[in-house]
Amino acid sequence: MLSRTADHLYWMARYTERAENLARMLDVNSRMSLLPQGAEIVEQGWIATLTIIGLMDAFRQRYDAVTSSNVIAFMAFDRDNPISIYSCLRAARENARAVRGTLTSEIWETLNATWLEMRVASLRSSTEAEVGNFFEWVKYRSHVARGVVQGTMLRDEAWHFTWLGTYLERADSTARILDVKYHLLLPRGEQAGGAADYYQWSALLHSVSAFEIYRRVYRDLITPRRVAELLVLRDDMPRSLRRCMSQVHMHLQSVRNAQSSETERRAGELQASLHFGRIESVFEVGLHEYLVRFLGQTRDLGDRVSRDFLVSATD
Amino acid sequence: MSVTPYDEMHASDGDVREHYKTFASWLARTPSERVAHKRAEADTLFHRVGITFTVYGEDSGTERLIPFDIVPRIIPANEWKHLAAGLKQRVRALNAFTNDIYHSQDILQAGRIPAEQVLCNGQYRPEMQGIDVPGSIYAHIAGIDVVRAGAGEFYVLEDNLRVPSGVSYMLEDRRMMMRLFPELFALHSVAPVEHYPDLLLENLRSVAPSGVNDPTVVLLTPGAYNSAYFEHAFLAQQMGIELVEGQDLFVDDEFLYMRTTRGPQRVDVIYRRIDDDFLDPLVFRPDSMLGIPGLLAAYRAGRVTIANAIGTGVADDKSIYPYVPEMIRFYLGEEPLLSNVPTYVLRRKEDLEYTLAHLPELVVKEVHGAGGYGMLIGPAASKDELAAFRQRILRSPEKYIAQPTLALSACPTFVDAGIAPRHIDLRPFVLSGREVTLVPGGLTRVALREGSLVVNSSQGGGTKDTWVLER
Repeated sequence: MLSRTADHLYWMARYTERAENLARMLDVNSRMSLLPQGAEIVEQGWIATLTIIGLMDAFRQRYDAVTSSNVIAFMAFDRDNPISIYSCLRAARENARAVRGTLTSEIWETLNATWLEMRVASLRSSTEAEVGNFFEWVKYRSHVARGVVQGTMLRDEAWHFTWLGTYLERADSTARILDVKYHLLLPRGEQAGGAADYYQWSALLHSVSAFEIYRRVYRDLITPRRVAELLVLRDDMPRSLRRCMSQVHMHLQSVRNAQSSETERRAGELQASLHFGRIESVFEVGLHEYLVRFLGQTRDLGDRVSRDFLVSATD
Repeated sequence: MSVTPYDEMHASDGDVREHYKTFASWLARTPSERVAHKRAEADTLFHRVGITFTVYGEDSGTERLIPFDIVPRIIPANEWKHLAAGLKQRVRALNAFTNDIYHSQDILQAGRIPAEQVLCNGQYRPEMQGIDVPGSIYAHIAGIDVVRAGAGEFYVLEDNLRVPSGVSYMLEDRRMMMRLFPELFALHSVAPVEHYPDLLLENLRSVAPSGVNDPTVVLLTPGAYNSAYFEHAFLAQQMGIELVEGQDLFVDDEFLYMRTTRGPQRVDVIYRRIDDDFLDPLVFRPDSMLGIPGLLAAYRAGRVTIANAIGTGVADDKSIYPYVPEMIRFYLGEEPLLSNVPTYVLRRKEDLEYTLAHLPELVVKEVHGAGGYGMLIGPAASKDELAAFRQRILRSPEKYIAQPTLALSACPTFVDAGIAPRHIDLRPFVLSGREVTLVPGGLTRVALREGSLVVNSSQGGGTKDTWVLER
C-alpha cells in the first residue's frame, strides 16, 4: 500500500488513542482535585500531569495559575494546543479524510461525526460536572472508533498499520500515566501507605480502567509493587506495557519489508524483556528510571516505523 | 424579450410528453407528504456520507452539499441514439485534431483554422510537439456540455477535455433515486450507469504504454482540500486503484514509481485530476507542490500514460470551439450530427462590432474561463454591469467570445413554492481508448434560481438523475 496511506492510518489511530488517554488523565486529576486537600496538592497534581505530557512550559506561556479550569481549558478545548483533545480529534478526522477511499464508510462516518460533535462541545462552557461527562464521551467515541475498525475493516496492511499506531500510542500513554505517581507529592504529615497514598494509587488504576481488574486479580490491598506489575508485566491486562508491546511486535511482523528487520528485532527484544521480566528487577532499577527508559524505547520504535514504512527512504 | 423555453415534460399544448407520462401519473398519485419526506431523507443521506464539494473564496475548507432534485430528467431512446452518435463523432474529431496539432498540423496547413489561433494559444503546449501517445488518444475522458434550445434541438455548448468533473454526482444521484423511489425503476426501463467505473478502468488500462501487460493505474489528486476531492476519492475507491498525491510518486531513470510500504512500485497510467501547469515543476510551474519532478521526461520516453494527455486544453479552448464542426468535416469527412451554438469571436473585427452593438442580448464568455466565473449574461445584466463589461471587452477583445442567449430547455423541479420549471443542461462523459464509449445519460445540472441560466454548482446550481429510457 502507499506509504502515505499507511502514514495517515497510523496517525489516525494514534490521535484517536491519544485523545482517549488524555481524557483519562484529565478525568482522574479533576476527580482528585475534588478531594478534601489543600490547593497546593491540587496544583501539584496538575503540574505532574502537564510535566509527563511534556507541556508544562507551553502551559506557562499561556496561563498564570495552575488551576483545574485553566488546565482543562488548555488540555481539552484549546485549538492552538496541538496536543489538546480538540486538536487530536481534529487530526484523527483529517487523517481519515485524507484516506477515506481506503476506509470503510462506517469508519469515516464515525470519525467525522466525532469531530462534528467535538466542535459543538468546544463552543459550550462546561461546568465541572459536565466536564466529567465530556471525558466520558471522549472515551466512548474512542471505543466506538475501535469497534468499527474491528468490525468492518479488511485484515490487510491497512489494518496492521492502524493497530500499530493504536498500541504504540497506548504503550506510551500507560507508561506516562504510571510515571505520574513519581511526580506526586504526599500531603505534609502523610506517609507512604497512608490514606492519601492509597487515593493516589487507586486514582491511577481508575484512569486506566484497572481498578476493578486489580481487585479481581489480587484480591488484596493496593500496593505500588502490584500496581506496577499489573500495568507493566501482565499479559492479560489490555493496557499494560507487555500487552501493548506484544501487539506492536505482532503487527510489525505482518508488515515486514526489506528494511524493517532491525525495527522488528528491537520490538521483539523489548517484548521479550517484558515477557520474562520480574517486577523486582524493575524496582531495583527504580520504577521512574525504568519508565523513562521504556519511553525512550517506544519513541525509538515510532521513529523507526516512520522511517521504514511511512516516508519510505527509497529514492 | 422573453421566449418560452422548450419544456422537457410538457408539449406546447400542455399535454405531458409521451416519455414523461408514467412519471407524471406516479407523481400525481403519490402523496405530497411522502415526497417531502423523501426529499428530506435525501439531504440527510448526502450529508452523512459527506458527498460535498469545497467552495473557493469562502472560509477555507467550507464543505457544501450540491442540491439534489428528485424529478428526473428523462431522455427517450431515439433522442439518446442521436445524441450518443453525435457525441462520439465530436470526440473522435477532437482527438484527431489534438494529435494533428502536436504532429504534422495538416489542418493548419490546409488553412481550415488560422494557425496563430492555435499556436499562440496559451493552452498549446510546445513540449508536446512530436510526442506519440498510446493510440493517439489525448482526451480519454471528455465531458461535453449539451443544451437544448428553441424547439428542442440539441447544441453543444462546451467541450471539457482537461479534467472534467461531475461523474460522481451522476452515479450518486442514481444510487439515491433507486434508494428513495425503487418503484419508479420498476415502472420504467432506465438504462443503467453504474458500470461507469468499470468502463473507466478498462479504458485507462487499454491506453497503457506498449509492452505493459498488467498495468498499474493510479488517480492523481491535488489533495483533500481540492473542490472535487470527494469525486477523486470516490472514483479511486470504485475502481479499486490507489488515490495518490504528487508526493507519493517519483521518477527514477525515466520510470514512474509510487512509494509504498514495501518499497517503490511501478506506475503505468496516471488518471490525473490536476491541471497541466502543476504536473511537473521541472517543466511547467516551478512552484508547484502538487506535481512530480521528471514526469514529463518519463512521459516523453513513453514509460507512462497520462490521462488526459498534456496539452488537450488547446482543443477545448472557447476560441477553438467555433472550429469543431470544421474539424469533423476535415478529419472524419462527415457532417456534424450535433450543432454548435453560433459564436462570435471577438478577435474578429466584424464580430466585435456586432457584439458591442447587441451586448444586452448576448452571453459573453472569457475564452479561458471555467466554472461560470467571468461571464456576462446580457439580458440579466444591469446597465452598469453592461458598461463595465464593455470596457473589459474593449481592453482585450481577443479574450472573449459571444453567443446569443439561448432559451435553455426547462425541466420541472422542486422549489420552495412547489414544482416549477428550471433551466437545465447535460454533461455526458465520453471515454476514448481502444474504442469510444459512453454510459447512457450523464450529469444533468439545474439552475435552481428562477430564470437563471447558470447551472454551475459554484453558482447555486443543483443536479438531477438522468434517465435514458431503453424503450
